[in-house]
Amino acid sequence: MTAGVDPIVFYLTIFVLAIFVGYHVIWNVTPALHTPLMSLTNAISSIILVGAMLAAGPAQLDWGGWLGVLAVTLVSINVAGGFLVTQRMLDMFRKKEPKSGEKA
Amino acid sequence: MSANQLAISYLVAAVSFILALKGLSSPASARRGNLYGMIGMAIALLVTLAVIYSHSKNVLPILGGMVVGGVIGAIVARRVQMTQMPELVAAMHSLVGLAAVFIAVAAVNNPEAMGLHTPLTGLHKAELFIGTFIGAITFSGSVIAFGKLSGKIRSAPVVFKGQHWLNLTLGIVMIGFGVAFFMADTSYEWPPFIVMTALAFLLGFLLIIPIGGADMPVVISMLNSYSGWAAAGIGFSLDNPMLIIAGSLVGSSGAILSYIMCKAMNRSFISVILGGFGGEVSEAAGDAQKKTVKSGSPDDAAFLLSNADTVIIVPGYGLAVARAQHAVKELAAKLTAKGVTVKYAIHPVAGRMPGHMNVLLAEAEVPYDQVFEMEDINGEFSQADVALILGANDVVNPLAEQKGSPIYGMPIIEAYKARSVLVNKRSMASGYAGLDNPLFYMDKTMMVFGDAKKVVEDLVKAVE
Repeated sequence: MTAGVDPIVFYLTIFVLAIFVGYHVIWNVTPALHTPLMSLTNAISSIILVGAMLAAGPAQLDWGGWLGVLAVTLVSINVAGGFLVTQRMLDMFRKKEPKSGEKA
Repeated sequence: MSANQLAISYLVAAVSFILALKGLSSPASARRGNLYGMIGMAIALLVTLAVIYSHSKNVLPILGGMVVGGVIGAIVARRVQMTQMPELVAAMHSLVGLAAVFIAVAAVNNPEAMGLHTPLTGLHKAELFIGTFIGAITFSGSVIAFGKLSGKIRSAPVVFKGQHWLNLTLGIVMIGFGVAFFMADTSYEWPPFIVMTALAFLLGFLLIIPIGGADMPVVISMLNSYSGWAAAGIGFSLDNPMLIIAGSLVGSSGAILSYIMCKAMNRSFISVILGGFGGEVSEAAGDAQKKTVKSGSPDDAAFLLSNADTVIIVPGYGLAVARAQHAVKELAAKLTAKGVTVKYAIHPVAGRMPGHMNVLLAEAEVPYDQVFEMEDINGEFSQADVALILGANDVVNPLAEQKGSPIYGMPIIEAYKARSVLVNKRSMASGYAGLDNPLFYMDKTMMVFGDAKKVVEDLVKAVE
């Protein structure tokens, strides 16, 4: 039945379903974590690094290839920065300190 | 690695991203969530690298770029202050946007490298067009948002006559060039593509300049959403379902956050986008008739606080500006030691971005189980002895419940229901909305004027 269907239709299917998944997952995020949510989604959107790598991947780099290298560098800032700053924030969210208290 | 293996690895990565976001449903599982995110990203990057290596062996420039970018990112993540999070996020959005444009340009230049058909098919051109213009708008819009948030450019809205018509015209012209790019032969595709991209950069700039400082939480969420759609657009262009999934997750996340922020400010999304609001509108609309406020010293306030059973602290952005979070935490600890129950009430727009105030309090080591969202705590004010309002104004303004007032309908923290109300402000100046606040003139309200940090430190001393 799927024979003859253009691949774009599959991508659209994935797209629409992913939006639904996103909608339901995001509404479950506690409002207290909305800032980490933003930095995390930011890190996740850096997945376009995959595209940048492909652009920077040919054996011989012309100007477009070097533009890809530049894109790789820019998005790598996001990947590292996004995940690490999220980690840093999440580490701050603690319950009431246990009696001994690791931090004053 | 076969195409199927690659696709399965990408699927695993995409599922990890979903699990990452799911983890944020509670602070307890959030760190695991972030870990899932990192694992997903690592898988995606490693298999991509492996594929490129098997094709061209030329991975050194890529690795070089990743190391340089990774080190910069790690340093920034370590150094950034929590009050600067909105700027950082805006800056990171701009990078995603710019990278999307670069990738699209590289794809037009050399479709083969991206595994695309040469010459580009019409469909891929249309997808590249979408990815590029969303990326470009994200970039220049985020740069402006970054400038406004970091105070490098004035945050007041820049409005001029015919602004919306200009934007609309530019948008249509941009789409026109996009269509020209779509129709053009290989040898003629650059001019329309370049013009279209330039117009998109310009449009991003023009769309954000009319939006004022107070609306930044919406703008930043919106740009968050755009950066996701840009990634999804690139995913379509490169026939990569993982990019589509990750991009859509981010896109819907940003859209939901924008919605939540708009609702919390009682503003329609359209009116925020059209802008012109949220500048430093000063002076409370001329009603200079002398209403009396009761003002007191920190000692008076401390007396009230020490004798209370329950105190609810309402922090606003003024608190963060004064860097008083740690002092507040100390005050709360002192009061708790005296047997007072202390809770915090957070309005969704208390900070400069969604959830900002929660992070600022968490940084000051306020335990998150003492911090409550507006809807969860509003019912408790009528039983509270003291509401202590620190650097907040519009979000506790009872006018929001009065028909006909400009902020009518805005959800507020119902601090006025507490038995007594303590308000710390620097002066009687009005908030962003430019409105007077009847709460300050109530009989049970005592104003403690002064810098938040100074006042709270005095309170800490006085509570002893």
